[in-house]
Amino acid sequence: MDFLTIIQILDSTVRLATPLLLACLAGLFSERSGVFDIGLEGKMLAAAFLSAAVAAVTGNAWLGLCAGIFASVLMALLHGLASITFRGDQLISGVAINFLAAGLTVVIGQSWFALGGRTPSLIGGGRFPDITLPFADALAEVPVIGQIYSELISGHSILVYVAMAAVPLTWWVLYRTRFGLRLRAVGENPGAVDTAGISVVRLRYTAVIICGVLCGIAGSYLSTGLAAGFVKDMTAGRGFIALAALIFAKWRPWQALGACLLFGLLEAIGNRYQNIDILGATLPVQFMQALPYMLTVVILPGFVGKAIPPRAGGEAYVKER
Amino acid sequence: MGRQETAAPAIELRGISKAFGPVQANKDISIKVAKGTIHGIIGENGAGKSTLMSILYGFYKADSGEILINGIPTAIPDSQAAISAGIGMVFQHFKLVENFTVLENIVLGAEDGSLLKPSLAKARKLLKQLSEEYELRVDPDARIENLSVGHQQRVEILKALYRKADILILDEPTGVLTPDEADHLFRILKGLKDEGKTIILITHKLREIMEVTDTVSVMRRGEMTATVKTSETSPEDLAERMVGRKVLLRVDKKPANPGRNVLEIKNLRVVDDKGVERVKGIDLTVRAGEIVGIAGVAGNGQSELLEVLGGYAKATGSVKLNGVELDLTGKHSDGKSRREKGIAHVPEDRHSEGLILDFQAWENVAFGYQDDPRYNRNAILMDNAAILKDTQEKMERFDVRPPNPRLAAKSFSGGNQQKIVLAREIERNPDLLLVGQPTRGVDIGAIEFIHQQIVALRDQGKAILLVSVELEEILGLADRIAVMFDGHIMGERLPHQTNEKELGLLMAGVNEGAA
Repeated sequence: MDFLTIIQILDSTVRLATPLLLACLAGLFSERSGVFDIGLEGKMLAAAFLSAAVAAVTGNAWLGLCAGIFASVLMALLHGLASITFRGDQLISGVAINFLAAGLTVVIGQSWFALGGRTPSLIGGGRFPDITLPFADALAEVPVIGQIYSELISGHSILVYVAMAAVPLTWWVLYRTRFGLRLRAVGENPGAVDTAGISVVRLRYTAVIICGVLCGIAGSYLSTGLAAGFVKDMTAGRGFIALAALIFAKWRPWQALGACLLFGLLEAIGNRYQNIDILGATLPVQFMQALPYMLTVVILPGFVGKAIPPRAGGEAYVKER
Repeated sequence: MGRQETAAPAIELRGISKAFGPVQANKDISIKVAKGTIHGIIGENGAGKSTLMSILYGFYKADSGEILINGIPTAIPDSQAAISAGIGMVFQHFKLVENFTVLENIVLGAEDGSLLKPSLAKARKLLKQLSEEYELRVDPDARIENLSVGHQQRVEILKALYRKADILILDEPTGVLTPDEADHLFRILKGLKDEGKTIILITHKLREIMEVTDTVSVMRRGEMTATVKTSETSPEDLAERMVGRKVLLRVDKKPANPGRNVLEIKNLRVVDDKGVERVKGIDLTVRAGEIVGIAGVAGNGQSELLEVLGGYAKATGSVKLNGVELDLTGKHSDGKSRREKGIAHVPEDRHSEGLILDFQAWENVAFGYQDDPRYNRNAILMDNAAILKDTQEKMERFDVRPPNPRLAAKSFSGGNQQKIVLAREIERNPDLLLVGQPTRGVDIGAIEFIHQQIVALRDQGKAILLVSVELEEILGLADRIAVMFDGHIMGERLPHQTNEKELGLLMAGVNEGAA
């Protein structure tokens, strides 16, 4: 395997990790506030569809992104309504959102475009173009460092950089701001937040909306950055892999980046080498696809230690009595 | 004094009423608390004390009535409003974020700006000042989960003081403290009072009321039945007002007449799921016709001891019942085998271990004894009618109110729930009865009855192992006292040859006799 191949695999890792990372950070905000969210998948799917649809009609990727965020936030609010206001079961609400998105995207897509649930292929301004960073072309000839810069760091769509920037930003918000303190507190002990005179409901809704926005960007990236248009079920379980990454990262932002890059790498390798021969045995491609889940289940308890979720996670807040 | 009484009271409640569904928790309550005093509110569980204070703190909204702070009518729709009105509250179950530091907990909700750094710096400075002023020393960078409950409580008080509270409400503050820690708390409260703060102390412990309060109000069944000066009342008088009839405060029993050894424990060790050794090699004997009380602050290995004897935790060492070795690790170490051998168990936490709250009383009575031939028609069908009848009789003998076997366990009051568990276990005529916290969350009237039942069982020649965090209960009920600290038995004492102070030191791990 030569150096250029490695660079190409890593380049593809970054692209594939981006939607995972955005969804993972989305889940981080929601779950840190105490609202468990297995509806990341559904929110991404809804965003992927609506952003592609709007981008296809208007020819403008930015309008598509706005539409994607809108769709995802709408779903997030639905989850908030069910789990915060009506104190329903957060898992059931999440599952419902996944089903809703899977069904609606195809039905609406068919009635709008009559392409069997797809949107038209995006061309020109309908997609987010790859950005060439300054001096990337000039440095391309410099060995190693220049190649890394021009091939790996440069040449991604804007949303990839947004996702990467979201990691330190999330860390900063979580650990350095008043909002972050309150957010972490409400996921651990909403009673403490309530008696401190802060509204638990408002705090959790804010978190759920942030989750919706980030999922919206993740979904839009799938259909207008990574691919060129929406295809049925195009999220392909990424929402669940993002959840696995979240657990792997123990609900912390930098670790989330690490986990998402790892899972992105596995996917990149799986895409490049369909069947891998190791020591005379052939690993089928399905093995690579299943690896993120296996890692979560096997490695997590064994090597990473117990992942303790936010203590008040999954429960609606009710004043005792 | 004279000057204070003419000033407007710090708190005045006028005609506060609050209902939860059909339950009237507070009925037309009016009360005045003078500035710079400690006011006690005493009453049985469910008398409405906590509800009243939660209304004052904006946690619940009153159905009707008025709140005046310093003579000014004040609406308190939420906790934020209570905090701005200068009210701070220390809840019975602390409202702290366990994995936050002390400083973060104090700042939460009272931050100065959208960035944390300046708030934390300011809090650190103020905290140092406050902790020196009021004997409230606590490490600002310690995580809450690593602090003792006594220190956690200090954090709660500091939280209120940081928010500039002039009125401090404490709900059952001593329930989790050692006598020494409780004394320290009372010193703090007196110091705060001298600074001109007004303190409301909610408790069901008469001793505390007599010790620290200036005035005391008694609540019964949602109503305020009396407000008196503490100096003009007595524990007996208060107990009578709480319960509505004369109550015997001490346990009435004859000297014990112990016989043969029923339970012999040698070098018992218990390691919990996290690999922490909770019981570190204890020796203990309980004889027939004797109550051995285990005193200690919660979490020093008493629970694990009960779990091993009750058959739901593994251990090493040796435990003999009537001279026969018990299986501590194998397949005969479960609760069923223990019961067959003659051990009955009234667990410490009746909600999670003693009862299934959503099940009806008669179903709960059958638990653990579901294989009893009297409860079964044949190998498959249970004889529900027989269980119902048995439950009915038990409920009458143990004065469970209401005596309705078809009522869900959660519908009974704490005292009546405990009587159901006690009836189930005692009436099996065990050789050894394990009792954990028999009167936790139980009202005074029921405490008297429960204690009588335990003494009656002892007088039948049964061995009883009692675990309680209430020293008064241990001193009153036990014939011999063993104190546990950090998984060890610190020493054994006879109740008439010791006192709360000596036991309190042992509970804190100080053994003066051994030194």
